[in-house]
Amino acid sequence: MKRVGVFVCHCGSNIAAVVDCERVAKEAAKFPGVAFSIDNKYMCSDPGQDLIKKAVEEHHLDRIVVASCTPRMHEPVFRRATENAGINPYLFAMTNIREHVSWIHTDREKATEKAIDLVRMAVAKVLHTVPLEKSSIPITKRALVIGGGIAGMQAALDIADNGNPVVLVEREPTIGGKMPMLDKTFPSLDCSACICTPKMASTDQHPNITIYTHSEVERVDGYIGNFQVTIRQKAKYVDHKICTGCGLCETKCPNKKIPNSFEAGMGNRTAIYKAFPQAVPNKPIIDAANCRKLTKDKCGVCAKVCPTGAIKYDDQDELITIDVGAIVMATGYDLFPWKEAYGEYGYGKYPDVITGLQFERLVNASGPTSGHILRPSDGKEPKTIVFIKCVGSRDDVKGKAYCSRTCCMYTAKHAHQAVDKIEDSHVIVFYMDVRTAGKGYEEFYQRTVEDGVHYVRGRVSKIYQLGDKLIVRGEDTLLGEAVQVNADLVVLATAMVPSAGSGEIAHIVGFSTDKDGFYQEAHPKLRPLETFTAGVFLAGACQGPKDIPDTAAQGSGAAAKASAVLSNRSMETDPLISQVNDAVCAGCGVCVGICPYRAIELKEITQRAGGKTIARRVASINSGLCQGCGACVAACRSGALDLKGFTNQQIMAEVDALCL
Amino acid sequence: MKYAYYPGCSLDSTGIEYQLSTKAVAGTLGVELWEIPEWNCCGASAAHNTDRLLSLALPARNLALAEKEGLDVAVPCAACYSRMKATEKAVRGSEDVREKISEIIEMEYGASNRTLALLDVFTNQAGLEQVASLATKPLQGLKTACYYGCLMVKPPRLAEFDDPEDPQTMDRLMDALGAEAVSWPYKTECCGAGFASSRTDIVLQMSYEVLRLAKTAGAEAVVTACPLCMLNLDMRQKEIEAKNGVAIDLPILYFTELMALAFGHKPAAIGFNKHFVDTTPVVRKVEQGRRAKEVQP
Ligand SMILES: Cc1cc2nc3c(=O)[nH]c(=O)nc-3n(C[C@H](O)[C@H](O)[C@H](O)COP(=O)(O)OP(=O)(O)OC[C@H]3O[C@@H](n4cnc5c(N)ncnc54)[C@H](O)[C@@H]3O)c2cc1C
Repeated sequence: MKRVGVFVCHCGSNIAAVVDCERVAKEAAKFPGVAFSIDNKYMCSDPGQDLIKKAVEEHHLDRIVVASCTPRMHEPVFRRATENAGINPYLFAMTNIREHVSWIHTDREKATEKAIDLVRMAVAKVLHTVPLEKSSIPITKRALVIGGGIAGMQAALDIADNGNPVVLVEREPTIGGKMPMLDKTFPSLDCSACICTPKMASTDQHPNITIYTHSEVERVDGYIGNFQVTIRQKAKYVDHKICTGCGLCETKCPNKKIPNSFEAGMGNRTAIYKAFPQAVPNKPIIDAANCRKLTKDKCGVCAKVCPTGAIKYDDQDELITIDVGAIVMATGYDLFPWKEAYGEYGYGKYPDVITGLQFERLVNASGPTSGHILRPSDGKEPKTIVFIKCVGSRDDVKGKAYCSRTCCMYTAKHAHQAVDKIEDSHVIVFYMDVRTAGKGYEEFYQRTVEDGVHYVRGRVSKIYQLGDKLIVRGEDTLLGEAVQVNADLVVLATAMVPSAGSGEIAHIVGFSTDKDGFYQEAHPKLRPLETFTAGVFLAGACQGPKDIPDTAAQGSGAAAKASAVLSNRSMETDPLISQVNDAVCAGCGVCVGICPYRAIELKEITQRAGGKTIARRVASINSGLCQGCGACVAACRSGALDLKGFTNQQIMAEVDALCL
Repeated sequence: MKYAYYPGCSLDSTGIEYQLSTKAVAGTLGVELWEIPEWNCCGASAAHNTDRLLSLALPARNLALAEKEGLDVAVPCAACYSRMKATEKAVRGSEDVREKISEIIEMEYGASNRTLALLDVFTNQAGLEQVASLATKPLQGLKTACYYGCLMVKPPRLAEFDDPEDPQTMDRLMDALGAEAVSWPYKTECCGAGFASSRTDIVLQMSYEVLRLAKTAGAEAVVTACPLCMLNLDMRQKEIEAKNGVAIDLPILYFTELMALAFGHKPAAIGFNKHFVDTTPVVRKVEQGRRAKEVQP
């Protein structure tokens, strides 16, 4: 005789305000198989969990039903409580009377009836459960970090310091991301390169870190603890084992007019190049599309001048495969393509309308103007500078609905720098709101205002060129007046968007993105560093717009998560996965194509039939990969597949409990 | 090509030259314009400030008459165009609105036909190659500032045929006619027509900016597709000059007038003589340009 215990949770007033929990418990006591039933204010609290233990002892229960919140929230808690009470943790069923009942209904009578029905179903289901055991899989003690910005470097260093090897894959020829492009960083105004390049060097030198630059991840198979990764090392045309990084080739390359993306288009580079002097690795590569030797078979100067013979015009892409146990995504951000959207700002046709990132290069001592703020059109020092915030941010018509979080602060920084560097300057910031939530941020902004920067609350509706001035027209919404500024330079704080190709890489690694294309965290509050795919973690601006302090914190956080995975020799797997009844399986293979996790293969079995041994193929489930989604069960034509913990029999029992 | 034609209240009065040139161009292009019988005012400027249903019902009656004929509607005036587009969208977007409107106008209206700006009809719909091939008297060398005003391409959710910030339809048309479209920043700024009678001081200021920037950009004429813009830029130009102590002397023409001129219609027949600012310099310039071209081909 099975003996089920039913526990109905009030969740304070979250459930009890709409559902008569006492009545639910009373009704549940009458269901077949129920030996004990009670309601309680907070089942997830310690006293609540103790209640389960005591009831099991006193009433000799062998199965547990908890009616409370979503299983996403507390299923693990109650499974553990069940186990602590001496019952197999899978002889437990949870039903959701909060999200599915109290939070969506108002009629107390009907809501209570619905809760009773849900409990009736859960009891019917739990009566058909069998004990399940967890199994374990071995773990590869190596991590992969994709993206070598500050987020990726921080994550790689922390994992490596924890004693595990890390492979860092960066698609640019150097690691560093955006941070080395910046001049000073808010709120302390310390030099960005000075704090970033040592990190790049440490990453390079760490014995546990292997860096692949100019490389991309092409394929990821497997699952937490056991990923197989294919990396494409793109041809560099320079043998970095021989190259000493002397830089002679760069000085001699005749093709010198290629826009350098590191300079945000404000400066040029050669075809054989390092992005900047402190690049890591500090060795050049050839940009094949712009190299005369590689495109027209002319020139060849770099090979002639190279003292070590490191130039390799016949270099090929290389595929490298590695096994890793955990993956950290740190692919960062790009800036919103404002030139395609903002016609009122000229669609990019005015050379002196630039982005914040371009401004960073203009104030940077190692930038194209050696740190002098000179406007691109005529190289003159601008006196009147207008900054416009929220270009592409908080604009759901032309851009993105969200706030990009960093722009208020970096615009305050830029405005301060402009006032600081340019005598008799007149600096105006057009803003919608000033958002400075961060340690020392508001103080920084106030200082900028005290510097004499003019903050005007309102959006700019139009910019146009008249002679050598940019006419900026907008509204001061505090005064209710139209304003016009005749500016020399306009700087746009453009929105942060997911980096190019981040959707593709998310697909390759196998996790989801949010409505704006940023990587989707498993829970916006409580699991911000995880994805829904076990073993894949998030760091930095790839998860949403972020400044450096938050990015670094997330890098360390993701590293801690990854290290926790790698700290075990093996890990337990959830037994709630598909199973195959070999006797019924016809080996049609429909399930193989259906499975989103590539968890099903066909394997050959031999069996005796009619006095002969025959071989045939049947489906086989990889317990490490199967996530228990049940897609294969629904697709199976012969009914050979079943999902443990959600068997067809259990589901029919639930339906019967409701309908019969 | 046949369209229902909604002239609106200006084209029989202040915008008569728009009407004359439109008919001339339609004739040359072989576009048949079927004037909606007993059309009523679209309600522009007043109705949508008063009552939403009224502002939808007024244009809806005209659109419904065209729908019954199975015709798309060609609308010359930018303000009428905007109101009709708003109606079309509202009716298409909501069954509830459709029912209410049909009940008010006592006619079925399902917005199965399209409202098109006349500018769109004479360029994109008719095809610019055809326009170019019919321009037997090209507007050689004439520098024009194409002025779209505030309603022809805005708001983008209503006007969909061109870019709201840097539209090109008229610019491309000028190119097809042999004229030059100067690059200037005030293509889609407002002339102030909303305040035409209540705050003329504002209108004078706003229209002055439009004229000043067109002139600065080197334009010899401003091209418009809106009778209200015409009124402000043309009729008030003298006043603007006086108020600001400057000479502007910038002829304002409808795009249809320039089309008709290039198609070989006589200036007087298409209303060139009905403007406040003298338009003969335009005609002269075009003829000179053509002659110069003939001399040295
Ligand atoms: C103008 C401006 C000024 C700023 N100023 C400040 C400041 O003063 N203080 C501050 O705290 N913050 C500032 N920020 C914000 C700062 O830039 C970010 O917080 C920080 O760079 C985020 O780091 P990240 O590593 O997440 O991303 P990134 O710096 O974007 O790095 C991502 C890296 O991943 C690589 N990558 C992308 N996709 C792939 C792929 N598929 N495979 C391999 N590699 C890939 C990229 O090449 C890049 O190297 C500023 C931002 C801007 C735009």
